[in-house]
Amino acid sequence: MTTTSEPVAYPFNEAEGLELNEAYTAAREADGLIRVKLQFGEPSWLATRWADARLVLGDRRFSRAAAGEHDQPRSQPTASQQGILSMDPPDHTRLRTLVTKAFTVRRVEEMRPRVREIAEGLVDDLIAMGSPVDLVENFALSLPVVVICELLGVPMADRPQFRAWSDSALSTSSLTADEFEQNREELRGYMRGLIAEHREHPADDLMTALIEARDDHDKLTELELVDMCVGILVAGHETTATQIPNFVYVLLENPERFAELRTDPGVIPAAVEELMRFVPLGAGANFPRYATEDVEVGGVLVKAGEPVLVAVGAANRDRLRFDAPEEVKFDRDGMQHLGFGHGVHHCLGAPLARVELQEALRALSARLPGLYLSGDIVWKTQMLVRGPRTMPVGW
Amino acid sequence: MVKNVSWRVEVDGSTCISSGMCAALAPDKFELGDEHAVALQPEVDEDEEVLDVADSCPAMAITVTDGEKVVGPRD
Repeated sequence: MTTTSEPVAYPFNEAEGLELNEAYTAAREADGLIRVKLQFGEPSWLATRWADARLVLGDRRFSRAAAGEHDQPRSQPTASQQGILSMDPPDHTRLRTLVTKAFTVRRVEEMRPRVREIAEGLVDDLIAMGSPVDLVENFALSLPVVVICELLGVPMADRPQFRAWSDSALSTSSLTADEFEQNREELRGYMRGLIAEHREHPADDLMTALIEARDDHDKLTELELVDMCVGILVAGHETTATQIPNFVYVLLENPERFAELRTDPGVIPAAVEELMRFVPLGAGANFPRYATEDVEVGGVLVKAGEPVLVAVGAANRDRLRFDAPEEVKFDRDGMQHLGFGHGVHHCLGAPLARVELQEALRALSARLPGLYLSGDIVWKTQMLVRGPRTMPVGW
Repeated sequence: MVKNVSWRVEVDGSTCISSGMCAALAPDKFELGDEHAVALQPEVDEDEEVLDVADSCPAMAITVTDGEKVVGPRD
């Protein structure tokens, strides 16, 4: 099939807006896989079809840990070779199972009343402020930040501090390698301070539970503990905070769908799944998987030691899997979108993200039914994820 | 007393979210079907791996039982 040709520059997607670049359609419809070159690292294969994406993400012959031995394709100057996303089982399993329990569907359902209360309170504040307001600053960011701070045991008062570090952790070309490293060390230093405080004063939170797993049971190293807490804090709010305005944006573009949420709130869980499928969150693909042996993917023999990137946004619009993939509709059954990833690195926080997104849409559609865009969106640029930086709305 | 060395492994299809976690961790024991994951070996001998998988499932959809006793996921 496709032979190794000159790699094309990647990512394809524009930073501004949520369009899926048509280069993905071409790649998905063509035989084989295409070769891409990111700003940093070696060239890579790119998987764009749903079945290929599931294979690469879900098959143990593909390794994240092996990326550490290569000049891995990436959008950031420094390779993010820390945290559980850079590990394979059994190391990955050891660390992940320490926190899985905190994020299971059952555990997270117990948090739903609190998440709803926070969402409702934020809408109360919006109404008190009066339209127009910036939905990102005053709602989308606050909801997941409050939730993850309470869950992990991070003081809300520190928000301005860790917000800057968290932003930088997800930025792409705006930082030099040195600045990136410095940012990471500052964030780790901050977390070490919080961990020390929790050791002095244990609390009923996830950080204390992780400290006990280290101190009493030696389940993880001190650095693993620090990076786990950092990872939960950053990943625990940035993506949800970005998806809330993205979802609102798509719903305002599809007013009949937004109306559906108002008239039938029971459809909200299905709406969240469909919007997870529909919104191509990533500016591109990152976190390549390296083949540990020769594996055929989409008609191409990926050789041992070669990387494959997975374009989740493209796979989620694969017509071989999804009927009318370019349409937003809430009546799809068992669709198995890849919006939370797949396989051992399937989003750890997915159950919590679902509850937050559902409660966000519930509060907004019920309380602000006349929601509209009251000005121009300013989009994030040079970030791993796409979404509004500011989004002025009225109602 | 006869020691029962055989564990039962069940996937609850109604709670499974098809994360692919189990099939990735233990491809010889779990497979993703069209709708949800299925246990390829509904009965296994005592096995740490299958407990790891049950612990890792984000939906807690995998139950491992030893007779009447639930052994996984572990508390």
